[in-house]
Amino acid sequence: MKLYELAKSIRSKNAGPFTLTIDILFEDEETFRRTVAANALNRALIADIYEVPEEQVEHYICEEARAIKFSFPRPVAAGDFGDRDVFGGQFHSPLVNLDVPVER
Amino acid sequence: MNKEVGASREVRVLAATGMLGTGFSEASFNRALEWNPDVIGCDAGSTDPGPYYLGAGVPMSSREAVKRDLRIMIKGGLAKGIPVLVGSAGTAGGAPHVEWTVDIVKEIAAEEGLHFRLAEIQSEISGEKLIEYFRKGKMKPLHPAPAIDESSLRRITRAVAAMGPEPYIKALEEGAQVVIAGRSSDTAIYAAVPIMKRLNHGPTWHAAKILECGAGSVEQRLYPDCMMAWIGEDHFRVEPPNPEMKCTPVSVVSHTLYENADPFRLAEPSGVLDTSRATYHQDGERGVIVRASEFHHSPTYTVKVEGVQLAGYGQIAMGEIRDPVVIRQLDDFLNDAKNRIMEKVKTSLNLDRDSYRLHFRVLGDPRPSQGRKESEAYGVGVVIEVLAETREKAAGIMAIAWHTALHHPVKEWSGLVSQIAFPYSPPNADRGAVYQFCLNHVIEPDDPLELFPITMTDL
Repeated sequence: MKLYELAKSIRSKNAGPFTLTIDILFEDEETFRRTVAANALNRALIADIYEVPEEQVEHYICEEARAIKFSFPRPVAAGDFGDRDVFGGQFHSPLVNLDVPVER
Repeated sequence: MNKEVGASREVRVLAATGMLGTGFSEASFNRALEWNPDVIGCDAGSTDPGPYYLGAGVPMSSREAVKRDLRIMIKGGLAKGIPVLVGSAGTAGGAPHVEWTVDIVKEIAAEEGLHFRLAEIQSEISGEKLIEYFRKGKMKPLHPAPAIDESSLRRITRAVAAMGPEPYIKALEEGAQVVIAGRSSDTAIYAAVPIMKRLNHGPTWHAAKILECGAGSVEQRLYPDCMMAWIGEDHFRVEPPNPEMKCTPVSVVSHTLYENADPFRLAEPSGVLDTSRATYHQDGERGVIVRASEFHHSPTYTVKVEGVQLAGYGQIAMGEIRDPVVIRQLDDFLNDAKNRIMEKVKTSLNLDRDSYRLHFRVLGDPRPSQGRKESEAYGVGVVIEVLAETREKAAGIMAIAWHTALHHPVKEWSGLVSQIAFPYSPPNADRGAVYQFCLNHVIEPDDPLELFPITMTDL
């Protein structure tokens, strides 16, 4: 399925001017567990999509929030010349239509 | 334990809204006042809108909108003897930002005939001071951080240090009823009174983190609004005063993820809030109780600094290419145009191409994406346009327009969202005076010369 069909919320945001963070939140426990188990959302994927070294991608599984979270350095500091998104709020867009090997 | 002692072990903290000037419902605020908060706090700043506001020494919010929020907070607080704390004043918390906010407070006091003790806390730090710390090895980089040396520190336009709760506590101990503070750790504003009253740091800092975005931690934030926390010894409880909104365990825990790189460990000046063992339970229809929040004190007290330097002077022009023939060869067209521009700049202005930067930002590219990389992802361009009677009104309307549009929800996504990628800080560019044609007429003079006076001067 597409990630947006599985997730309740997919969002990106600055965590300070030099770091981006992406939250993928799930409505129900089952979909969350199966998506985590499928391991399709991993550091290598994020490194590839955002063109950052894999070792600089932080990956968190937040059980209580039913969330998968990634944080990594921004390609360009917020508001610097060539930055696309000062607030970092639309960086999640390449993940919305991502195919994930999970069925509901 | 007698009742009085028991009661003193709970501190009630009201967050008026997530950011001063974005507004809140006065009905929600009044309802929260009935819950007898010990302090009314509000965060007024962020690095989120980019480096501009710190550099230029101006606020992001409209003066009228900030004044509206402050007026309600100060009148409500004074009427009930509750201190009002505002942190990161004027968006960036530098000296001009604090001054701007204090000026508004003084204006409100004069208009309302209010008398109170006002504390003003500065957070701006000079380049020389930064160099002193740097020389002593007392300035350490966070990750990721730009490289610094003495010459780069000398180039800094303005820098601020983000204070912890201690300066607020000092101001309150000296009888301040309203505190206007410079750059603060967002949570320090809300942690100050609980820490002054010697509550445990775990639930205090965790509650402060939840309060920091006002009603941002509810299930569906309909609009910016108030949030209330009851902080106890080993837990805290949050509930929005607005009956149209509610907290759930998931909405509250999700908020600890928001704008943090690490969702479990949040650095504060005196230590680290650890939420990894925290539990969240529904309490009543709209409240949530959080337990087992921990705080680990650090051996060294650290204060985060933020600074900006001048990058240059910018210009933007927006337009649209519509001819299919040009769109078909868009990349080549823009590259050729860019080269031609740079040649002319060299010829006419004698400026080398590496001495400035020129970039075509293509919005709404109709061609299909070539891959899955973020840099190849297309968007749709949006130009927000405002025209008003004065430059100030236009700026005030635009400050509300872009920020409201940024966080405007859609039903498909829950939680706090950011829907527009603004490439610039500030997001808006003042167009200055705008004109319109208003005549297309003829007049009929009696004399063909009467419209063309000629003045003679003898030299």
